[in-house]
Amino acid sequence: MDKSIPKLDELYKEIILDHYRHPHGRVPLEKVDYHAEGMNPLCGDEVKLGLQLKDGKIEKVHIEGHGCSISVASGSMLAQILKGKDIQNAKQISQALKDMMHDKVNGAKDDIGDLEALEGVKRFPVRIKCALLPWTTFEEAIIGHDHIEIS
Amino acid sequence: MCLPKRNRHESGKTMLDTKKIRKDFKILNRKIWAGKTLVYFDNAATTQKPQVVIDSLVNYYENYNANIHRGVHKLAEEATEAYEKVREKVRDFVGATKNDEVIFTRNTTESINLLAYSLGESLEEGDEVLISEMEHHSNIIPWYLLRDRKKITVKFIPITKNYELDYSALEKLINKKTKIISITHKSNVLGTVNDIKRIAQIAKNNGSILIIDAAQSVPHMKVDFQDLGCDFLVFSSHKMCGPTGVGVLVGKKELLEKMPPFLGGGEMIRKVTFEGFTPNDVPWKFEAGTPNIADVIAFGTAIDYIESLGIENIYKYECGLTEYCLSKLKQFDFLKIYNSSGTGIVTFSNPLVHPHDIATIVDQYGVAIRAGHHCAQPLMKRLNVSATARASFYFYNTKEEIDLFIEALKKAFDYFKVGACKKLNPVGG
Repeated sequence: MDKSIPKLDELYKEIILDHYRHPHGRVPLEKVDYHAEGMNPLCGDEVKLGLQLKDGKIEKVHIEGHGCSISVASGSMLAQILKGKDIQNAKQISQALKDMMHDKVNGAKDDIGDLEALEGVKRFPVRIKCALLPWTTFEEAIIGHDHIEIS
Repeated sequence: MCLPKRNRHESGKTMLDTKKIRKDFKILNRKIWAGKTLVYFDNAATTQKPQVVIDSLVNYYENYNANIHRGVHKLAEEATEAYEKVREKVRDFVGATKNDEVIFTRNTTESINLLAYSLGESLEEGDEVLISEMEHHSNIIPWYLLRDRKKITVKFIPITKNYELDYSALEKLINKKTKIISITHKSNVLGTVNDIKRIAQIAKNNGSILIIDAAQSVPHMKVDFQDLGCDFLVFSSHKMCGPTGVGVLVGKKELLEKMPPFLGGGEMIRKVTFEGFTPNDVPWKFEAGTPNIADVIAFGTAIDYIESLGIENIYKYECGLTEYCLSKLKQFDFLKIYNSSGTGIVTFSNPLVHPHDIATIVDQYGVAIRAGHHCAQPLMKRLNVSATARASFYFYNTKEEIDLFIEALKKAFDYFKVGACKKLNPVGG
């Protein structure tokens, strides 16, 4: 096992801090097709997510809540990356992020854009849940669950 | 095994010889990362264990492990005696009058669940239970469960803007339907110590039963069950140098005798027939099944250890540490601090850097603090935050450790470019 001290710069990449300071997707939507609220009961982090679809594609994403830099940045990236994607593709991206966090090989890795910056979170295992909360919430919204808790 | 009651660590002007004390805790030398020694500031969650407590566990399993209260052999006799001796120690430590007023449970949470279930049996629809806004979930959920079972009402005593209990609101809320008041002695977030004697008088005048959650007070300050005037007092071993898996419920004997059992099984019965059973006397009526013998015995050693230092000395020393920490935190004028008094707990937040991020960064410097809602979500809601960061001290902590913590905090605020810290270069490693 690697016992060296994980570098903070691996976790807090500038791109992550940028998303944290200026998050995307904060504009509330007039109507939503899919909606869910996610919560991590261990730390109190909360995410509210709404999606608006047009012609089978995600046209608008609204995401807000309370959370640490990692969960806010991950949510902001979600809002940015899912825009214009169809549900199937969006689910693949979500899966690709989860696979990256759990060190699984995934062919779709090239498509995940800014999300690659979250790879450093792997070295801080207790923070993986922070990075995945918005995505778990997204997946639950698609299934039709309104409220989820991850623990 | 027993340490002398006199303060063996007393030396000159300093009340506690922390240098000497720290040698009793091997874990305090642990290197968390290369060159970073542990600074353990999560004592409100659980404390570290001195070597004598660990040795006590090993000694039990190596030399006299046996089930208690039933064997006639030598080992069973020794184990039973050691287990029951701890009841006496707890009785003396918290000023109960009788051995049978001390019941061992798994933890504070189980003690409160026992009370909510057993006392709750006599409550009727429309009765009320009063708790406060500063309660840990363990003193909320058991009452919600009872509420749903018995159709009673649970009401919250508010806190003031100084993070203290609103006593005038308590006097307004209490009424003839208030059967139980269950309240924390010391908040695990705010560090506020509530005036239990005052509450006890109000409860008594109203004929309400008073339960005190003393999980955060008994380890850190003198607590006297009779002097406080409450009916029940609950706390945990693991927050006072003892092992996990042992909780205490101290209660007035006449009330315990009237209460129905909580869990059923061996040990808690006197007689079982094909038709039914007769419960055992207190305290065993509430100790169903084989108890946590080893950990109870080691908990006794923990009490001896704390008594050897002196609980008053511990209290004064921790107040000194807390004041020192609060004075150092003043330099970060952008922090919101949620403590009105200095009692071993320092809780803070800032909207620009989340407590999780603070905790991750100070962990890089070996400093263990807690970030989150501290199992007090309603209180977080009242404070209008989703989470806070908390440093909590015990007698083995030092001012030098607080200095390291403050330096680590500076790095965290630098990283997130918060407030007065102007340095823009992040500190990677």
